[in-house]
Order: sequence, then structure tokens, then C-alpha cells
Amino acid sequence: MSNSPIAVEQHNPALRHHFADMEQQRQASSLGMWVFLATEVMFFGGMFCAYLIYRYWYFNEFAAGSRSLDIWLGTINTAVLICSSLTVALGVRAAQMGKRKLLVVLLLLTIVFGVAFLGIKGVEWYTKFQEHHIPGSSFSADNLIKEYPQIRIDPSHEQIFFSLYFAMTGLHALHMIIGVGIFTFLTYYAWKGRYTPEYHNPVEIGGLYWHFVDIIWIYLFPLLYLIDRKPLK
Amino acid sequence: MATAAITAERENYLNREYGIRSWLLTTDHKRIALLYLLSITFFFFIGGFFALLIRLELLTPAGDLVQADTYNKLFTMHGQVMVFFFLIPSIPAVLGNFLVPLMIGARDLAFPRINLLSWYLYIIAGVMMLHCILTGGADTGWTFYTPFSTAFSNTKVVEAGLAIFVSGFSSILTGLNFVVTIHRMRAPGMTWSRLPLFIWAHYATSIIQLLGTPVLAVTLLLVVLERALHLGIFDPTRGGDPLLFQHLFWFYSHPAVYIMILPAMGVVTEIVPCFSRKRIFGYKFVAMSSIAIAVFGFLVWAHHMFVAGISLYSALIFSILSYLVAVPSAIKVFNWTATMYKGSISFATPMLYAFGFIGLFTMGGLTGLFLAALGIDVHVTDTYFVIAHFHYIMVGGAVMGYLGGMHFWWPKISGRMYPEFWGKLAAMIVFIGFNLTFFPQFILGYLGMPRRYWQYPPEFQVLNVLSTAGSTILAVGYLLPMVYFLWSMRYGKLAEDNPWGASGLEWTTTSPPPTFNFDRTPEVTWEAYDYANIAAPEEAPVEQ
Repeated sequence: MSNSPIAVEQHNPALRHHFADMEQQRQASSLGMWVFLATEVMFFGGMFCAYLIYRYWYFNEFAAGSRSLDIWLGTINTAVLICSSLTVALGVRAAQMGKRKLLVVLLLLTIVFGVAFLGIKGVEWYTKFQEHHIPGSSFSADNLIKEYPQIRIDPSHEQIFFSLYFAMTGLHALHMIIGVGIFTFLTYYAWKGRYTPEYHNPVEIGGLYWHFVDIIWIYLFPLLYLIDRKPLK
Repeated sequence: MATAAITAERENYLNREYGIRSWLLTTDHKRIALLYLLSITFFFFIGGFFALLIRLELLTPAGDLVQADTYNKLFTMHGQVMVFFFLIPSIPAVLGNFLVPLMIGARDLAFPRINLLSWYLYIIAGVMMLHCILTGGADTGWTFYTPFSTAFSNTKVVEAGLAIFVSGFSSILTGLNFVVTIHRMRAPGMTWSRLPLFIWAHYATSIIQLLGTPVLAVTLLLVVLERALHLGIFDPTRGGDPLLFQHLFWFYSHPAVYIMILPAMGVVTEIVPCFSRKRIFGYKFVAMSSIAIAVFGFLVWAHHMFVAGISLYSALIFSILSYLVAVPSAIKVFNWTATMYKGSISFATPMLYAFGFIGLFTMGGLTGLFLAALGIDVHVTDTYFVIAHFHYIMVGGAVMGYLGGMHFWWPKISGRMYPEFWGKLAAMIVFIGFNLTFFPQFILGYLGMPRRYWQYPPEFQVLNVLSTAGSTILAVGYLLPMVYFLWSMRYGKLAEDNPWGASGLEWTTTSPPPTFNFDRTPEVTWEAYDYANIAAPEEAPVEQ
């Protein structure tokens, strides 16, 4: 800062040299995150587009695959993520009001929820592995064909459903892992007392990211788990 | 240095710090621009080397220099390196990085560290690409078409795909930085309608980078997953649809052409008013045509797939939409021409490149209309006509714009003037070499020579020899600027702050600019391209 040609009175140490004031810095970082989330929408959008087309073409196989997913674990995970979004929202508020300890607790809770989500997801994937539903040379739709004789199932189309299932939930889980990483940093710096009512952009934009990953799941859950759950005749 | 002693060399971004650390850990947008300049120049010559090998092979009808497999790799790596490692970062990451903050009166981009991160991502991707090339390369064409890429090719498709995946993030972060900077960092008085049109062009480019690149990223990721982990998405034997790949791929890769050409249009829009000494004709139309190109660009992708088996009705709609892109493009060409009308034109090197750009881009654009027409497209699909068309846009357009911009802003970047005689000579050589290389390819394609073959019937040889001869001339034209730019850094005449008498905030600061760009934050009270109130330089600044 000593190189700055203009000495600014009451200089907030969190203000970076190239911004005129804290307000400009806050607006820039928040716009930056929104723009980034727009790219994320397009990133997942490509996959949603593939999902849309194949679900339209191979509805039977998608419905059968959807039935084989564990609806209870899926529902619990949805609830877990919604709770985590609540703790994030409360955390941002705690940061705005400068309540350091509360902020740390809420951030930690968020991490706990995030890790719980990933754990449950891991259990689900493991079940799929046992059922030979991992796409590739050992993929087999035989148990589905046996279980739902009423549905006509083409194994190669069934494999598409599971390819998309693993690609979409896998990419979502990767985003969750990144989110947990971000929140670990946030918790550390919150513990050190870096965030004040004047400066808490990182908590805010980290929260934006978390909510976004949450929303992706809110779409993935019905698209993957709830395709057709009517009792079969 | 005698001159330094007289003028008591000012502190600027180049001499403020020295040493490798001060470059590799810099967050100064101007230094990062120079890092990009070095790295994209490196990849330009790698891509160019492959191009020359391709042209050498095509000197004779028989496949004598390389065999089919090697030839496939050559054109694949030429395309991948040139598109993803030179053209897409070229103007935005070098000139845009350097100029966006300067032009809007900011001290830096909004996120200087993300800017550095984007360069490192580019380098990581570049190292991956180089490793891929040195250990065998890929042979899918730069388009990665499935199912060849995921089921049949025996080359390094995964590695090439991942390299381009990573380079995409570099591109996204640059675009993100520009959008936020243009929104939030403008100096007082720098309203949207006073922005230089270079900024408008970069804003439109950034939107494409932000909304298009992630789709390519996820598509390549799916290709990698299908090839490496045997997921079935695009491979018909696994129930997938290869056409879906083409849709997703071109959803990015058609707009990617506008990532390359829009910044070049921005450069030309700065050069033409300066060397015509007139305000740009129809500022708002030029600005909005950039946005219109970005928007329309997203709606025309399937014109790459007219013969791939899409329905006739969607082909019709994509054909009509493709014609629509011609409207904003033509608006720009007409407005540049109208700006020059009754202007006092001087033929400095940047202006020569701008002239070259306008002519070649017009030809590339008009032949694009041929390709948008369903009937003609069936005749010329996958022929050299297509090759010639997009090289007129990408090389005749984007590279001409890039070189014009490099000459125009070189005094600001380096603080030195390049030798004007050599500049003009190189511009002429590039123009002649370019046309000799690519014009015969229009004829070849129309006569039916297909692209991507290492052999051809003997009756095509004369035109192919012309094209190969042209490519060697073009290579000389590209080498010259590199030599005299380097020369000028030491021996060139010291540049004044505003050697061209140009408008724009970047010319109000010193050459080269200080680290924080301006001694005090500028306040803008004038309109853009206010050439009525700017004196032309008394003598041409570059004559020695």
C-alpha cells in the first residue's frame, strides 16, 4: 500500500489496492460470483440437455433405473442439503452482524451437513456397484429386467441412464467437495476473526456458491429419483 | 543509455521490479498480458509448424512426406493448438488484458489474482497439450467427433481433451474478469456510451466465453468419461447418439469463432477512426452489433451439421438464422467504410492491417453465406472451400486484427516505436502470402477437393503448389514482426505518450504506463473518438 500515490484516510486493511472503496470491492466480488454461477448453469446445462433427450427417447429404461434408486436415502439427502442452506443463510447473517462465534458454529454445521450428504451418496453408489449398475464391461440390467417384467428394457439404453446418473451426481458431488473445501477455509478465517460487518464478502459469495450447488441437487433429485414411481400393474 | 539519462527514465510497469519472481508472481494486468504474449506466440509457431508440414505434404499429389496416420495427427494438432492455444486467447488475453483497465481508467482488472490464475491454467493446459503432442498426439480432428474419438481412435484423445478442458477454464476466468471489470471498475464519467468500442467488443466476447465454454467443457468431459470409464453417452453401440455430441460441440465451437473475430473487430474499430482522423460512424450501431453477433452466434450452430442427418426443418431454421449473422457483421464493415469516407487517411502499419482485415473479413463473411445456403453447403461440405472460408475469418480476420493491434499499441506496451518501413513491408507480405495461400483453396474446394486427405488427384496440383508457396511467404510475414518487435525493444525510437494522436484513456498516461496505470484516477468529460478535438501528430511519429 505504501506505493499507492494517494494516502487514504481510515484505510480498511481488507481493501485491495485497485478498488476505490469497500462498496466497489463488495459489488465486484459478488457480481463475479454471480457471473461464475451463470457459467456453472451452462456447465450442468449440457448434461441436463443430454438427460432431456435420452429420457424422452428411452423413457422405459429411465423409469426402471429411477425405481432402482433408493428413494429414502435420496429424500434424506435432500433434507440434509436444505438444512445446510439454512445454516449458510444464517451464517451470512451472523457475519453481517459480526457475531464471530455463531458464524464459526454455523459454518462448521454446514460442513457437517455437506460431509453427511457425501457419505450417504457414497453408500448409494456402493449399492449400485454391487448391483452391477456401473456402466462399462461389467454393466448388467438383468436384475431390473427380472424385477420389472412389465417394463420393456433395452440394456444399452439402461446403461445410458446410469451413465448420466453417475456423471450428474458425480459432478454434483465434486462441487460439494469443493464447497466443503471452501467452507473449511471460511471457518478458519472466521475463527481468526477476519470477517467483520464491513468486510465479509468471502462468506457471502461462498454462500452463493453453496446455495447454487444445493439448487442443482434440488433439480437432480426429482429428475433422477422420481421419474415414475406409480405402482406397477 | 544516453536517452535515459536525458529523460530521467520514469518508473513504469516494466522497470519497477526485476527478476523472474516479479514476473511469475505478478498480479499486474500489463505484466500478465506480456506473459500471455510470450506463451501464445510460442504456441502460434508450434501450430504454424504443423501447418507448414501439412502444406509441404500437399505439394505433390502422392502421400510422400507423411502417411495418412501422421497426416491426420498433423491437421488435428494444428487445429487444436491454433484454436485453443492461440486464437481464443490471442487478442483478449494479450491486448484485452493490457488495455481493458487502461481504456476505462481503472488501476487493474477486478480480480488480479484470478487473472494470474487464468494464465497458470493456460500454462498447465499448454504443458498437457505439449506432452500430448510429443508423445503421439491425437488424430480425431480438432472436433473430437464421436464415436471415432471415444471408441476407435488409438491416439491420445483423453489427454488432448483434458488439456482443452483446462484451457477452457482459463478462458472463462478471463471473460469473468472482463465482465466484472467493465461493469464495476469504470472511471467517473466513463459511461457505457463513452466506452471505446474495443471494450464493447470484449464485453460481447466475454459473454460468449462465459456461456459457451462451460458447454464445451462438459462435452469434452463426457467424451473423456465415455472413452476412459466406458460410460455410454454418444457411442451408438452403447445406445448413445453421436449427433448429440455434434450439437453440444458446435454450441460452443461456433460461437468460439466470434470469440476470435469480435476482439479483432474491436481492434479495427480503434484503428480506423485514429488513422482517418474522424469520429467513428454510428457508435451505437457498432456497439450493439457486437452484442448482436454474440447473441445470434449462439443460435446458428447446427449449420455445421447440415449433412449430418438433422431434420430438414431444423436445417431450414438454422440456415435462416445463419444468414442473420451477416447483418450485424455488415453493419460493422459499412460503418468502418463510412468512417473513412472523407477522412484524412494515413497509411501507417496498423491501418494497413485494418484495411487487410476489412477486405479479408468481407470475403470470409460472404463465403460464409454460401455455406449457410442449404443447397450449396451440400456441394462444398468438408471440402477446401470450408477450409478457405474459415481461414479467411480466423487468419485473414482475427490474426490480421491481432497484428494490427500489436503494432498500434506496441508504443504503449513497450515504450518504443517499431521500424515503420519493416512494419509496412511485413503487412504487405502477410497480405500477399495469405491470399496466395488461401484463395486457391476456394477454387480447390469448389472443384471438389475434400479436406483432411493426405493425397489428391493430380489435376489439383497447380492450385496446391500455389497454396504451399503462399504459406511460405506468409511464414516470412509472421516472422518479421517478431524480429523487429524484439529489435525495437532495445533500439527503437522512444515512444511519446500518444504517438498516433489517438483518443482513449490509454493514451493519456505515459508510455509505458506506470504500475497503477494513472497517477490519479481520470475523470472523463468527453465523448469517445473525439477526433474533432484531438490534434493529429505533426509529423508521422514513426519515420526515422
